[in-house]
Amino acid sequence: MPEPVLSIRDLTVEFKTEDGIVHAVDGVTYDVFPGETLGIVGESGSGKSVSMLAVLGLIPQPPGRIVKGEAVYKGRDVMEMSKGELRRLRGGDMAMVFQDPMTSLNPVLKVGFQLTEAIQAHNDGVSDAEARKRGVGLLELVGVPNAEQRFDQFPHEFSGGMRQRAMIAMAIANSPSLLIADEPTTALDVTIQAQIIQVLRTAQEETHAATILITHDLGLVAELADRVVVMYGGRIVEKGDVFTIFSKPRHPYTVGLMESLPGLTVGQVGLQPIPGQPPSLISLPPGCAFHPRCSLSNGRVRCRTEIPMLRDTGHPEHISACHFHEELEGYQSKLVSEPVA
Amino acid sequence: MTDHSLEQDRTLAAAPVAGGAAAVGATGAEELVYESGLEVEVRSQWTYARRRFMRHRLAVGSLIILIIILGAGLLAPWVAPYSFEGYDVNSLEAAPSLHHPFGTDLLGRDYLSRVLYGIRTSERVAFIVMVLATMVGTAVGMVAGYYSRWADNLLMRFTDLILTLPALAVLLVAAGLIGKGNQYRVAIILSLLLWTALARIVRGQFLSLREKEYVDAAKAAGAGDLRIMFRHMLPNSMGPIVVFATLTLGVAILLEAYLSFLGFGVQPPTPALGKLIADGQDVSSHDWWLVTFPGLTIVLIVLCINFVGDGLRDALDPTQRVRA
Repeated sequence: MPEPVLSIRDLTVEFKTEDGIVHAVDGVTYDVFPGETLGIVGESGSGKSVSMLAVLGLIPQPPGRIVKGEAVYKGRDVMEMSKGELRRLRGGDMAMVFQDPMTSLNPVLKVGFQLTEAIQAHNDGVSDAEARKRGVGLLELVGVPNAEQRFDQFPHEFSGGMRQRAMIAMAIANSPSLLIADEPTTALDVTIQAQIIQVLRTAQEETHAATILITHDLGLVAELADRVVVMYGGRIVEKGDVFTIFSKPRHPYTVGLMESLPGLTVGQVGLQPIPGQPPSLISLPPGCAFHPRCSLSNGRVRCRTEIPMLRDTGHPEHISACHFHEELEGYQSKLVSEPVA
Repeated sequence: MTDHSLEQDRTLAAAPVAGGAAAVGATGAEELVYESGLEVEVRSQWTYARRRFMRHRLAVGSLIILIIILGAGLLAPWVAPYSFEGYDVNSLEAAPSLHHPFGTDLLGRDYLSRVLYGIRTSERVAFIVMVLATMVGTAVGMVAGYYSRWADNLLMRFTDLILTLPALAVLLVAAGLIGKGNQYRVAIILSLLLWTALARIVRGQFLSLREKEYVDAAKAAGAGDLRIMFRHMLPNSMGPIVVFATLTLGVAILLEAYLSFLGFGVQPPTPALGKLIADGQDVSSHDWWLVTFPGLTIVLIVLCINFVGDGLRDALDPTQRVRA
């Protein structure tokens, strides 16, 4: 097994609010290996983004607090790094693509300026002309037509898809080893989403970066991810490779997510939503956080009293945090039962 | 509601299997649009602002008048018909005429020349005040808004303190303390009182800009505090700062006239607009021109500055527009 690029151990992040302490991330552990794409899936407020922001040192403290845990990046714990070290790491070896390209570009600065800024901030002595050349090259790489002219335009002269391309160009400007994409397609419409998926692929091929893809879009995960982490209520509930997760999910929450997706078959019965609401992170339900909405729990006491640990499911590298995941043995997701072209 | 849910449905429908196929088709389409040879002129926010300003006739007109008046003041040694100290013993206290358009005073000095030199003094003071007050206000606001917490508390309470000072009393005391007369001293005293409003404005701007995603994005790209403050946040606050600077120019001219009128400002022999009015008021019952012309000049300058300020505000911050 290769050395992981990033290895998160027992990461716990809290936020102090007026209503109480929000347990945003609770004991999360996962690895990201070189060249792979790890999908982190979950509803809003499941702690997907916060865990990444914590790694980048972008959690405002206070009100945020990293209670415990470590994030070992290339052998060094990010949590122990000084502000300056962390800053050099950000945008250099560890880059992030944000959710909304409409708001992530500074409206008063030319796109090219923002792009070269990323290059020059991390490489001393790169001349303006050289930075420009690289910037234009990056824009071309991510599929921005007329890159030379586009380079001198302002963000408002870019469409949403073009802006996201520019954001990706910025993120890969310094050939990062770790690329974090936080809901990179959520703010875009569907046809553009598909293009951005391609751009992310290209970006990854070009930089060989390990990619962490944070999303609630299972389609995107299926397209891009090699392995999947499913989060619920700040905890990991299931982890495995993408094919296993999609074909044989072993956590009722993941099953619920699959059931709530429309298939492409004509005449299927209505979608099966997951009943209820995502839990409040201030007071998680006792025991398994998912039990009030769970189709498997059936009011069993153990679900209410004991926090389930991640356990092997029998498939390699596939673990699930459900007391009764054996009962899902044999469940086949309709998503994969259809032939994939 | 309907639009939104539709959008979501489609997002889901495009899920696992459909995604790949759509990609190929759509990429081509967008590139076609962009490659059809549309040369696009780069438009910064300043381009738009300039256009909006140009549509504001009152502001453009005021700007032209202002340039003429202030330009004449700046070039006073060259454009003034006489020296500001020169006596014309043949026409003491002369009413406005072709030789002396603004008349002459008790000593026979040409009043047009004195007014022009007065403008020169006043604008010099006002420009220094504008630059200093804007810089101090911006700096204080930036630090307070960006770092917030104790820096914010400290700086804003200090700002409040300055704001509570009765301006006129402070001006008079300060002028008495550090010695009246020198125009630069007057400028510094005025600056130290006038930066507070801008500090609050800039602080507010920075507090809200701090939460913008592009600031997070810049942080994630490895930008340091100074770079974020100056490169990313300051340009986004330029609108209010420019408007403030313009209006401060007017306020400073008024206050300087005020001080000079009371005798605490610029001292003779340097002519200042306020001083000219003060000199003229003793004899204003018969020599009406001695108060009227410097007074009108002040009114005209300040009025024009305020119109320009209004125009700038409309141009730089369209969301604040009052008129349609």
